[in-house]
Amino acid sequence: MGDKKSRPSGDALGREANIEMLKRERRANNAWHKLKRNKIAMAGLFVIVFMVLVAIFAPLLAPYPPNKVNPGQAYLPFGSPGHIFGTDDLGRDLLSRIIYGGRISLIVAVGATFVGATLGILLGLTAGYFGGWLDSLIMRIMDGMFSFPFILMAMILITVIGNGVLNVTFAIGIANVPSFARVVRGQVHIVKREEYCNAGKVIGVSNTRQLFCHILPNTMSQIIVYATLRVADAIISEAFLSFLGLGIALPTASWGSILKTGRECLTTAPHVATIGGVFILVTVLGFNLLGDGIRDIMDPKMKQ
Amino acid sequence: MIPTLLVVVSLTFFLTRMLPGDPALAILGPEAEADEIQLLRQEMGLDKSLPEQYVCYIADVCRGNFGESYSYHQSVLSLIISRIPNTLMLTLTALIFSLVLGVGAGVLAATRQNTVIDYCISVVALLGVSMPVFWLALMLILQFSVKMNLLPVMGMGSMEKGIGDVISHMLLPGLVLAVIPMGTFARTTRSSMIDVLGSDSIRCLRARGIRESKVIWIHGLKNALPPIVTVFGLQLAGTFAGAIVTEGIFSWPGMGTVINTAINNRDYSLIQGAVLFIAISFVFCNMLVDIFYMLLNPKVDFENGGH
Repeated sequence: MGDKKSRPSGDALGREANIEMLKRERRANNAWHKLKRNKIAMAGLFVIVFMVLVAIFAPLLAPYPPNKVNPGQAYLPFGSPGHIFGTDDLGRDLLSRIIYGGRISLIVAVGATFVGATLGILLGLTAGYFGGWLDSLIMRIMDGMFSFPFILMAMILITVIGNGVLNVTFAIGIANVPSFARVVRGQVHIVKREEYCNAGKVIGVSNTRQLFCHILPNTMSQIIVYATLRVADAIISEAFLSFLGLGIALPTASWGSILKTGRECLTTAPHVATIGGVFILVTVLGFNLLGDGIRDIMDPKMKQ
Repeated sequence: MIPTLLVVVSLTFFLTRMLPGDPALAILGPEAEADEIQLLRQEMGLDKSLPEQYVCYIADVCRGNFGESYSYHQSVLSLIISRIPNTLMLTLTALIFSLVLGVGAGVLAATRQNTVIDYCISVVALLGVSMPVFWLALMLILQFSVKMNLLPVMGMGSMEKGIGDVISHMLLPGLVLAVIPMGTFARTTRSSMIDVLGSDSIRCLRARGIRESKVIWIHGLKNALPPIVTVFGLQLAGTFAGAIVTEGIFSWPGMGTVINTAINNRDYSLIQGAVLFIAISFVFCNMLVDIFYMLLNPKVDFENGGH
């Protein structure tokens, strides 16, 4: 990017000034500094960092244990003294459940995206780089998997392997594989025609080195954008699966299982569902904002 | 196309075979005698080896025989056929509604770029895209059915009570389904329109003194169409998937409810049939979009993985 621009020669400005200018330019083009200038992306990043910190420090922040049942104080409304978000049908403190639930929801969402991205990258790289029958084989299978709606695929996988945190992560992760494979393969097709790849081939770089040292790093920016947006979808998927009772089983708190409780007591304690959903919405919004922001930075053509 | 279908059919088979539990036991219930179960297993072909079952299954699928659903006591095929119109009615209404509103809002935002209107539309569109729809469904039920007691929550009403009954049942699920596509259409239209409106061809049209409304809504929108078509295709599939989420909550008697019931009751042949049906319709959906996209944009190079 930056290195392609013509710069004033060192002679005109002197060596020191030239180095200083190079440094400054580099800093300005640095992805992080570009991101810092994008206010919307920073808002998204702020939301995400906040949620992650809350999840990490859950035991310090939560006023009560998330599963502590107290039937005498059930259905306390929003803003009750001692229970700022109120309590649910069993008298569990909603704030504590949301804090601990965020932990599970974020772990599942990020884990699932990681599983999907890792497998998808491996398959996409192989298909895109080697081409031929291997490409056809992998991509036909991916097309087949892609023909199942994402959420349906996750629902069936979870029915097959049973519920629990690890299984939900795995099910959403596998459902994510085909779309990652497609994105990566498309990028590999673009990158592998670049001159540096041809140059690598000419000097006899091994396939593995070519794939992981030259092609993968140059597709990474697209993968990061895509992964950020997929985390948002994974949060919603986890919530939906748990909401149906297929994902994280009660009494374990996740944002989805809180919504399941909220649905059961929708008329008596509407605050449970309302607050649970607001946290999902805000977090998903955060990931979408950040994803959009990173895309604007990586791909200046998209910038409006 | 054919290989994709084969993968879809095989995946459905192996996934449903991997489901835990015994289909025969699920049908007969826990009190069934061992020899009864054995008999039913033989009848269903479950005593054969997996490859044999696979061949039988492919043959059955080709003949359109998807077996019996025990939770609905009717053949899977006739059940699916009877439910499809309900889902189509809901999804297509939502999709058309969201297409008109979303594209309209997108064009409006693009022509008034960086104004308050643009910001409002962009924020609402982003909220729509980020919405956990099943939660929105709960909130709407809470607001309109529980608190205000305005709209019904369950089922789809009946035509005998007049079209108004069906519409009032359709309002909430339709709105919930329309939210995500609406946001997506608005965002895509906006960015595509901004690109187009900055192009030389539009400047040229304006210079020729053609009416602004015609420049924007006819020439501009036409050139901004290809990405919208791609998104429309994705949303066509997405809304169908959304119906799986939404229908269950509103007990709308369509495919989504069928899938939910099938999974809850471990109705193996119904899961298999319904999943296969949805996947196959997705394959055709994608094919239609590809064809339409090619017609709109002859430069598309399908050999190299799309555009």
